This record gives sequence, structure tokens and C-alpha cells, in this order.
Amino acid sequence: MAERLPFRRKCIQLAAALLYNANLKGFAGPSIYQGRLKGLCVPGLNCYSCPGAVAACPLGALQNALSSVRYRLPLYIFGLLLLFGLLLGRVICGFLCPFGLVQELLYKVPGPKLKKGRLTRSLSRFKYVVLAVFAIGVPLFLGLANGMPVPAFCKYICPAGTLEGGLPLMAGDPQLRALAGGLFQWKVALLCLILVSAAFAYRSFCRFLCPLGAIYSLFSRISILGIQVDGEACTGCGACVRHCKLDVRRPGDGECIQCGECRAVCKHGAICQKNRRKEKMKHETA
Amino acid sequence: MRKTRLAIAFAGAAALLAGLWRGEYAVTMNKAVRVCLECIGIG
Repeated sequence: MAERLPFRRKCIQLAAALLYNANLKGFAGPSIYQGRLKGLCVPGLNCYSCPGAVAACPLGALQNALSSVRYRLPLYIFGLLLLFGLLLGRVICGFLCPFGLVQELLYKVPGPKLKKGRLTRSLSRFKYVVLAVFAIGVPLFLGLANGMPVPAFCKYICPAGTLEGGLPLMAGDPQLRALAGGLFQWKVALLCLILVSAAFAYRSFCRFLCPLGAIYSLFSRISILGIQVDGEACTGCGACVRHCKLDVRRPGDGECIQCGECRAVCKHGAICQKNRRKEKMKHETA
Repeated sequence: MRKTRLAIAFAGAAALLAGLWRGEYAVTMNKAVRVCLECIGIG
């Protein structure tokens, strides 16, 4: 069962990517979907300017809401993020994020791989800085100061916006292409850097830059779905941490994307899905 | 843990419903149905 997990996870990731971007005819235009569903947010990082996108990006929606003069506290997005985080946490990163899938596929390219260590662990804290400054601070304070929406993460960093939105739209619309300037060049260069780095460092964007992953990591301990370590069965051998390509200290912590692939290397059966251990105990005592 | 989860679920649901009541769904939708020039690198 644990051996088949990577393939099943890829299928779920692919299905999520197709579901988020089901407006395939948008790529022909190119044009973007303008239906009412666009008021809903998907849980993963998916630019709403992607021609295929059928719903909004939670990060883009958060930034625009923060910089809006209308609402100081964007309750709708806040509520959605709380519920996504509570129910799924970083299961979203591991199973439901299209850009995560792109990075995992790039990592399969043969070549040298960056080993995790003190450097990658330090870099993994940077995504909280990106969250605080670009996704929250700049939109909020510039919105307060000028009343102008500045989704700073989307504008200056987001590679999903460039890959899913910018490139397809520019490719099909000469008028948009004519408007491209220094900012577009910066975003394309950054996208290339992130994609190349993903071939060397597993899910480099997710680990070091993604503010949405930073938000969901705050829910690791309390999310309803995900994996956890059974303290009674665990011997502390560390095989799971050594096997994991992310900077985890233990399965299920804030850096864990809940992929569950560590379960295959645990000889003690100590890694289980949340709430499964309680079910097992109820079974045994019944 | 259970109490924390219930509190967050309640807070999340309350925030979501309050946001919907304030009309924030339409605000999100109105932004998302237009090409985000910042997102695609035009600014």
C-alpha cells in the first residue's frame, strides 16, 4: 500500500491541476474564465489569470483583499484559509498544488541534487519572511497609505502567475506582449531560476519561498488530515527524516508536505494517518 | 486538541459567513475575472 503511494499521489496532483484549470478553451483564445465560480478559491497556488483557471487563487485574493480600501480584515479569505488549513493543512502542498507537481516532475531530471542540511533548514524559514513582507505587509500598508491594491507577492515573485498566466496570455495576445517590460523580464528570469533550482533542490519554491505553504504549515499539528508519528511505536531511529527530501525534524511537522512516503521506510509502523491510531485502538478494545 | 480544532472551525466558518454577508465573494470574483496585470508581469 505504502509502495503505491507515490503513483497515487501523482494521480491526485494531476487531477487537482486539471480540475483547477478545467477551462481548457481559455488557452485557445487566449482568454480567462469569467464565470461566478471565480469568487471561490482553490486551496493550492494557482493563478487566476491562467486561461484555464476556474476559480481564484487564495494568495492573490488575500493580497487584493488586504490592500482594498473597503475591508480592513478580509473575513471571507481569512475564513477560507482557516478552514483549508484546519481540514487539510499541508496535505494541500503534497497533493493539491499544481506548481508543487511541476517542481516534483522537474526534480526527476537526472543530475546532481542538493542535500538537505543546515543551509536548507535556514533557507526554509525565508518563506515566512516572504509571507510577512510580500503577501501581507506590502499589500496592507500600501493599501492603507494609497488605497492602491499592490499584490506584492503576485507582482514581484509568484512563478505560478508567470508560468500559468503570463506566458500563455503573452503568447496568444500581441497587445499584451507589447506592454511587457522590465517587470516581465524580471518575472521570467525568476521563474527560470526557480524551475532550474527545482531540478537540483526538491520543491525549492515550496521549501524556501511559498507564502501559502508558510500559512498552511501553521496548521500542521491541528489539521484533521495528514500524517503523524505514533509515539509508542516510534523508536527514534530517524529513518523517516533521513529518507525525506524536505527539511523535516519529524514527519508531520511544519516542513512536512504530508506526502506519506516516509511510511514505506518506517520498519516499526509508527507513521500513520491522523486519527487512524485511535480507530485502531477502538478496534482492538471492542 | 479537539477544543482547538472546534474553535478554529467555528472561527473559520463564522469569518467565511460574515465575509459572504459583507459581499466579499463578489469582490473576489470581480478581481479574478479580470486579467491581473501585476500577476502576469505587466504591473
